[in-house]
Amino acid sequence: MLSIKNLCASVDGKAILNGINLEVKADEVHAIMGPNGSGKSTLAHILSGRGGYTVSDGEVHYFGQNLLDLETEERAHKGVFLAMQYPVELPGVNNMTFLRESMNAIRKARGEAEIDAVSFMKRVRHRAKQVKLDEKLLKRSVNAGFSGGEKKRNEILQMMMLEPQLAILDETDSGLDIDALRTIADGVNLLRSPDRALIVVTHYQRLLDYIEPDFVHVLASGRIIRSGGKELALELEEKGYEWLLEGAAA
Amino acid sequence: MDLVDSKMETLIRSDYAEGFVTQIESDTLPPGLDESVIRIISSRKQEPEWMLEKRLAAYQYWLKMQEPNWATIRHPPIDFNGISYYSSPKKKPQLGSMDEVDPELLATYEKLGIPLDEQKALAGVAVDAVFDSVSVATTFRESLAEAGVIFCSMSEAVREYPALVQQYMGTVVPHKDNFFAALNSAVFSDGTFVYIPRGVKCPMELSTYFRINEASTGQFERTLIIAEEGSQVSYLEGCTAPMRDENQLHAAVVELVALEDAKIKYSTVQNWYPGDNQGRGGIYNFVTKRGDCRGDRSHISWTQVETGSAVTWKYPSCILRGKNSVGEFYSVAVTKGLQQADTGTKMIHIGENSRSTIVSKGISSVQGSNAYRGLVRVAAKAENARNHTQCDSLLIGDQCAAHTFPYIEVKNPTARVEHEATTSKVSEDQLFYCRQRGLTEENAVSMIVNGFCKEVFNELPMEFAVEAQKLLAVSLEGAVG
Repeated sequence: MLSIKNLCASVDGKAILNGINLEVKADEVHAIMGPNGSGKSTLAHILSGRGGYTVSDGEVHYFGQNLLDLETEERAHKGVFLAMQYPVELPGVNNMTFLRESMNAIRKARGEAEIDAVSFMKRVRHRAKQVKLDEKLLKRSVNAGFSGGEKKRNEILQMMMLEPQLAILDETDSGLDIDALRTIADGVNLLRSPDRALIVVTHYQRLLDYIEPDFVHVLASGRIIRSGGKELALELEEKGYEWLLEGAAA
Repeated sequence: MDLVDSKMETLIRSDYAEGFVTQIESDTLPPGLDESVIRIISSRKQEPEWMLEKRLAAYQYWLKMQEPNWATIRHPPIDFNGISYYSSPKKKPQLGSMDEVDPELLATYEKLGIPLDEQKALAGVAVDAVFDSVSVATTFRESLAEAGVIFCSMSEAVREYPALVQQYMGTVVPHKDNFFAALNSAVFSDGTFVYIPRGVKCPMELSTYFRINEASTGQFERTLIIAEEGSQVSYLEGCTAPMRDENQLHAAVVELVALEDAKIKYSTVQNWYPGDNQGRGGIYNFVTKRGDCRGDRSHISWTQVETGSAVTWKYPSCILRGKNSVGEFYSVAVTKGLQQADTGTKMIHIGENSRSTIVSKGISSVQGSNAYRGLVRVAAKAENARNHTQCDSLLIGDQCAAHTFPYIEVKNPTARVEHEATTSKVSEDQLFYCRQRGLTEENAVSMIVNGFCKEVFNELPMEFAVEAQKLLAVSLEGAVG
């Protein structure tokens, strides 16, 4: 599904990614871990089409297409979704309207019919219940005045509604208490399917207790310095990143 | 950031859809202004002597006045002798029914989406159409008359209801009020007159569409709305003009009078031609609008969506004379290209427990300049007066400007006056968020801007709210891709 080869990128002339290689297949969950400043979020941003980065080398293929050639919204139309670390507030824009516009924009781009109001309402209520998002928040402005936890639930709700092929979760666990973490993980797990892939960017192992990854990659200084199974996350939890960083330097 | 800004710029540059000219025979006075011109206007309108005298007095006063220069607007001096002060479509002497209106004229209004026919009844709106200097058609007079409502052109009111006009005209905006009000009082051509009798809730929305068509003419309309005790009315106005390279002057006066327990809701969607991207042409819009809450518990509410004009100078105000009277001002002002707007309101609290609310949303883009100028004055007698002002500016791009000038004068210690102001930009984060969810940049900007204006749009009557949203969407539409 996704194939990243030797991806190098910089911001304002400062190199952030220094040759990332990663293969992601449908039905897989990849966890990307690593210390602060290792380039985790940059990777998530570049894949989803955020501006401000210069890709100096490497390629990213998504279903055989050059992903980096696509506009941000085209990537969304083709099923790339980013659950943001800091979901943005849109004052005055109704949450439900936003979600429906978004769904319909994607459907339209795919040549599908728009979703009718009744089916939409049914589905959004059902999904909101699953992520324990208060229905009142559906009627408010997008993320405006939401608590940290509510914003993250709203991201997962959007993800569930848009049903992406490739979902990237950028530190979705940051700032969440244990109950919220569990709810969000439950929501994500509901979406696991044979034709969908997940990339979970996180600092801590604890999210991976609930969303069980097939692969764990450790990112440091813009490179993947170690890949392994889910047990790698446990090892990191125990030993921290230091031992790996030293190993990589040596 | 530069890339984002330049993209935004193309987004918000748009074509002006109402810029066509109607080929119609007209009776237009040569440019220039002196007493003889005023006499001609008055005689063409078959006005009584008292009206002519009022006009001449205003003219004499205007001659001694200076054009105001305190607003944050720049424009070349206006040549008041280069303007024609009267233009009317040539027509049969008396219009018995809509069938007799020039078909070109009807087509013009049709093109603007304003059918002057019975269909409008289904929407529950009565329309008065003012073309250049003259009111060409007023619909639904009969059904309104059954309710006792008078809805007609100002020239007709001067002839048919002289007592009412004499009693109220100039009592809210006297000709000495300001330079443009004095000019209007001298040369006003037409406009709308509304009278709602005691206890009557006007059975339909009333609306006027103003259209400037002739080149080198000014439009000086005069509107007067009187709501008797316990009555209610909602009035809408819309304005458009053809694209021309020269600047045209629009100097209107609107007076509202609300007696005890009366309620007037006045909504405007102003889309005069704004000029081109180099700043050529466009309407100079100098308007004095004022409502007088004369009676206790009276209520006047102004809602405006200002997207057009090269220069806008406009401060719809409320004089809160009655006890427990309420004044409201909801405004969206958009400036793009080289448009300049200096707009806001005045809330003058005189009555006890009078309350006012001001919500102003300014959107500046490209090189537009947008100023909010608002006065809240609480007189010594106005016990427990209250005001809340919220003044938000949204910037799109990095060459536009937003200014806020709040004036607050409080002479009563029990008053409570609050002023909140914010300035924000459509951020890259917001755009990225929307686009990541599949929306185009164009849709994203339009959604964010509409969201920003929501509080004001909510105040518009349904039909106008949709129109206003469309208008914003059109202004934000552009060559993307």
